[in-house]
Amino acid sequence: MNATRVHTVDIGPRSSWLPRPLWRAVQTVWSNRMARVGVVILGVLVLVAVFAPLLAPYSPTDTDFGRSVGPGAAHWLGTTGSGQDAFSRLLYGARVSLVVAFAAGILSTVIAIAVGLFAGYLVGLAEETINFVVNLFLVVPALPLMIVIATYSPSRGVGVIVLVVVLTGWAWGARVLRAQTATLRGRDFVAAAEFSGERPHRIVFREILPNMTSLVAASFLGAATAAVLGEAGLEFLGLGNPNTISWGTMLFWAQNDNALLVGQWPQILAPGLAIALLAASLSLINFGVDALSNPRLREGVSR
Amino acid sequence: MVRRLIMFVATLWAAVTVNFFIPRLMPGTPADAALAKLAGTGPVSPAQKQAIEDTLGVPHTGLASQYWHYLDDAAHGRFGISYTYFPEPVTSLIRTALPWTLVLVGSATVLAFVVGTLAGVLAAWRRGRVIDAVSTVGSTFTSAFPYFWTALLLLFVFAFKLNWFPIKGGYQASVSPNWSPSFVADAAFHSVLPALTILVSGLGGWLLGMRNNMVNTLGEDYVTFAEANGLRGRTIALRYAARNALLPNITAFGMALGLVVGGSLLTEVVFAYPGVGYLLYNSVVNEDFPLMQALFLAITVSVLVANLIVDLLYGLLDPRSRRRAA
Repeated sequence: MNATRVHTVDIGPRSSWLPRPLWRAVQTVWSNRMARVGVVILGVLVLVAVFAPLLAPYSPTDTDFGRSVGPGAAHWLGTTGSGQDAFSRLLYGARVSLVVAFAAGILSTVIAIAVGLFAGYLVGLAEETINFVVNLFLVVPALPLMIVIATYSPSRGVGVIVLVVVLTGWAWGARVLRAQTATLRGRDFVAAAEFSGERPHRIVFREILPNMTSLVAASFLGAATAAVLGEAGLEFLGLGNPNTISWGTMLFWAQNDNALLVGQWPQILAPGLAIALLAASLSLINFGVDALSNPRLREGVSR
Repeated sequence: MVRRLIMFVATLWAAVTVNFFIPRLMPGTPADAALAKLAGTGPVSPAQKQAIEDTLGVPHTGLASQYWHYLDDAAHGRFGISYTYFPEPVTSLIRTALPWTLVLVGSATVLAFVVGTLAGVLAAWRRGRVIDAVSTVGSTFTSAFPYFWTALLLLFVFAFKLNWFPIKGGYQASVSPNWSPSFVADAAFHSVLPALTILVSGLGGWLLGMRNNMVNTLGEDYVTFAEANGLRGRTIALRYAARNALLPNITAFGMALGLVVGGSLLTEVVFAYPGVGYLLYNSVVNEDFPLMQALFLAITVSVLVANLIVDLLYGLLDPRSRRRAA
């Protein structure tokens, strides 16, 4: 241990539009090399999604380029089985994946915080009941449940996918947050707060929650990652709307058109890689977020 | 111990009940659709018809009586017949498919857990060195790969381009499954690529989880104390830190099982592997509701049982959890 070295975060130029704690948080995340890479990748993907109409060489729905044309100068990834430019579809596809990731991630995290913290703090019958429901949603395997519900559902679309992903995605974060809450409940500062007569919801949200910032962020990033992968899986199985322009449906159509067998492997490689990049960028940011509330994980701090 | 068993039974009951309500809460009448399709395929016995109505819901009677019939059917394994594989009963289809998935997913997952956890210990112990950077960044990306995409790429490279492994199936189509050494070898050969898929996509998660737990544990006072006492590095890493860092990873193992099962279902679809995932896919594509419903139940119960085993193991490994439960 190097006791004399105090880890200081350089505040840098004062930001006028962010409150200081938030600004420090951004700095800490940014100071982690892996998180920086993740932020850059995610930023590029967001820019691609926003400026897709400017970046795409063709309209993603235009079907008059000839069917299953191989990759070349005119069509970087070739054309699909119905004659659309695959590269343009790839750029537009970023929109659906990002929307699903953030919508499902935020909704899952809100449920996870509410459920996890109270289950961890409460004792007795309430704790048991909440735990039981959380465990039930955890053990019921997510993808089969999503598949079953999506199969019965009369409408196919992004909204249905977000709903089934949230329904199956919140329990993970809830359990992690519950476990940490249960650990913190036994710590002295919680006992002190109890003895000084603080009300339960204040203890939960003002004493315990701030100590779990990294876990909350991790729940969000985990749920968002799971949403990206879950959406891709459902669409690959043909349970999404096949007319949606997304990476999952690109893979669905590529597989339907036997892309691998006719030498159209870029149309399998590219959307999958895009999904992996998005999911990986969220995980990379998570490394920096971990460092926020856990200084031990910060880079350059000796053990 | 008794408490855990009671929890298990209660969860089992809840899962069976969820399975009862899903088709009933959905719009439309799945049972009518199923029976109409069945009638087009061939003659259906009254008992089979009854079983399908109990599973999918035909409102002749009140919900309570339907539920009672459904529980009775579930306990006796009556789930009706499939119309994709007419006139095969749903239960016999599942009985054929389940072992394939259990062996494939079970062995590949345990392997991924063991290798990933050990690699995570190493990465944390060599923190900041090359091996840590390579394994951390590498597994961040591999664990972000969609299972079915990994499967497609492996299929393309090793089966289609290089021709090293068969393109699809779980065994040679010319023979029927048996326990002869040659068949087992052939089945193992067919399972290499699917198992590799689960390994590649699953390994990273265990590695990252274990690495983070280790980094936390290595900062604890007892590790500093052990260092001050002059214990060897390896002893501290394995006997002090890793043993404690393993516990959250085992909890994660129980939680991740459902995800792994989901991923392996997609893997099976890509490889046309004769397990429950491929069967589920076929039932979804053909809207074979009786088969789909029973498969969902079978998969859920399997994951439940695996979870119970992990739970019991956890109680064995962590005395604190025993005391808390008591």
